Amino acid sequence: MTALLEAEQLTVGYGAAPVLHSVDLTVAQGSITAVLGANGAGKTTLLRTLSGLLRPATGRVVLDGQDLRGVKVEQMVRRGVAHVPEGRGVVTELTVDENLRLGGLWRRDRVDAKRALDEVYDLFEPLARRRRFPGHQLSGGERQMLALGRALVGRPRLLLLDEPSLGLAPKVTAQIMGLLRTLRDRTGLTVLLVEQNVRSALSVADTGIVMSLGRVVANADAATLRDDEDMRHAYLGF
Amino acid sequence: MSVTLAPKVDAGTRVPAAPRKHRYLVWAVVAAVLIVALTYALPPFRNYQLATVGAYLCVTAGLTVLTGLNGQLSLGHGALMATGAYTVAMVQEKLAGRGQWTLLVAVLAGIAVATVAGGIVGLAAARLRGPYLAGLTLAVAVVVPAIASTFDKTFNSDQGLSVYVDPPPLALGATFPYERWQAWLAWAGALLTVFLLATLVRGRFGRALRAVRDDEAAARIAGVNVARTQVLAFVVSAACAGLGGALFAVLAQSVSPGAFPISLSLFLVMAIVIGGLGSLAGAVWGAVLLVALPALTHSLTELIDVSPAVAQRLEGNLPLALFGITLIVVMLAAPGGIASLRLRRRKA
Repeated sequence: MTALLEAEQLTVGYGAAPVLHSVDLTVAQGSITAVLGANGAGKTTLLRTLSGLLRPATGRVVLDGQDLRGVKVEQMVRRGVAHVPEGRGVVTELTVDENLRLGGLWRRDRVDAKRALDEVYDLFEPLARRRRFPGHQLSGGERQMLALGRALVGRPRLLLLDEPSLGLAPKVTAQIMGLLRTLRDRTGLTVLLVEQNVRSALSVADTGIVMSLGRVVANADAATLRDDEDMRHAYLGF
Repeated sequence: MSVTLAPKVDAGTRVPAAPRKHRYLVWAVVAAVLIVALTYALPPFRNYQLATVGAYLCVTAGLTVLTGLNGQLSLGHGALMATGAYTVAMVQEKLAGRGQWTLLVAVLAGIAVATVAGGIVGLAAARLRGPYLAGLTLAVAVVVPAIASTFDKTFNSDQGLSVYVDPPPLALGATFPYERWQAWLAWAGALLTVFLLATLVRGRFGRALRAVRDDEAAARIAGVNVARTQVLAFVVSAACAGLGGALFAVLAQSVSPGAFPISLSLFLVMAIVIGGLGSLAGAVWGAVLLVALPALTHSLTELIDVSPAVAQRLEGNLPLALFGITLIVVMLAAPGGIASLRLRRRKA
């Protein structure tokens, strides 16, 4: 398998103290990778760096052979990277429809943008029913769908998902995880998934990366991580 | 596969589809017909007031898009009006007497100059937020009239410049009232502005504007260039202010620094807040109030029997007080502004 995304020696911090220490990472094309670890391990910081929201102090991010240094956040979607941040990043004053259209605003191919929009409505039934509702009237699960849907309208190659299960019922989480797998199989989407919910993340992921205190401490098959009792006890808490 | 959370609702509760594209054009034509009819019914002074509402509407419509839809507060739109107005005066002086077309050239030049000025302010504004942005635009409001006062060779200092305006075209008849012609000119500009803005904010640009206002981070993640959207909003808004200023020069047939004080910029912001921030209907209400409230205070001071000195002082300060009171009352009774009242009733 070829690598879609590579991070080399990433050191990132807020102010003086680094949060990530020389992180190396490879995400294979068409795979689902789960980033696991306790609170404060640096998972969200890693995702924010990969999507361009944070600038690394050292190291670089390479997408499909292209160095992403200096690429602005708003340019990332044009390169096929979609980031669904923790807390969802839905524009609450805009309606569901407007939020989704926002995700396709930058696209030149208006016909396919419209098609992608319709596909999202097919994918997320509740959103289709709430087209004209403002974002702040949605439930947590609907907001998560909206954020995910907005990312998909841009037809990304790489989806960066930060805690999609946060505050959601297990059933909804399972549906979203199943959806990720379907998208991967159907469109070849590559997913990098940050999760606290280790069981559900490992149930869909091909690979797992375990982080602790800003370093990658394990990088292995999802199945291997599931079965590695020491690892589970030490870092994953189950 | 798809994700479902709740039982399906039957199709009968579906919200109707988006309104037709040509709706705004129909509105503009209907409004134009009404305005023309109105100008035949009104006496000259009322027509002049109507024309002033039209000129104000250009500015308030542009400002409500910038402040209401994009979240950038500008306390300097009076100054942008001044750049448009002075440009008209100077271009008309060069071209005077060559025909009606010179006015169009002069107004377009006024819009262009205000647009450039707005672009420069906008570039700085895109880096500033909240109180800092208010401070910058306030400085513009202070500086521009001061420049006009300082350079007496070009701008004739505090006396200002007179603006040459041709009489109404002879084709309209020899006795066509001048004020009716002014009202037509002003409302041609106003309706064009509102039509273009309505079309613009309904589409992709409008979504980008509001996304940037509500959540810059989310907008960036979705691929919106935040800085460019903010500068564009300022440029569009400045062009409208330039047109409004140009029309003011045409209506008053003169421009002077005194016509564009800081209080004008503040009144403009108050007007769009009272009317309903971010709504073009609110901008219409704001423009009406900007003309009606000073006129009302004038009538009030005439009713009260006081010495001329006191009357003069009252007339200077009462509009501000009335505006303040209106602002407080509207904010308490209808925080969404006058335009939201109508909406709420329709929904109920």
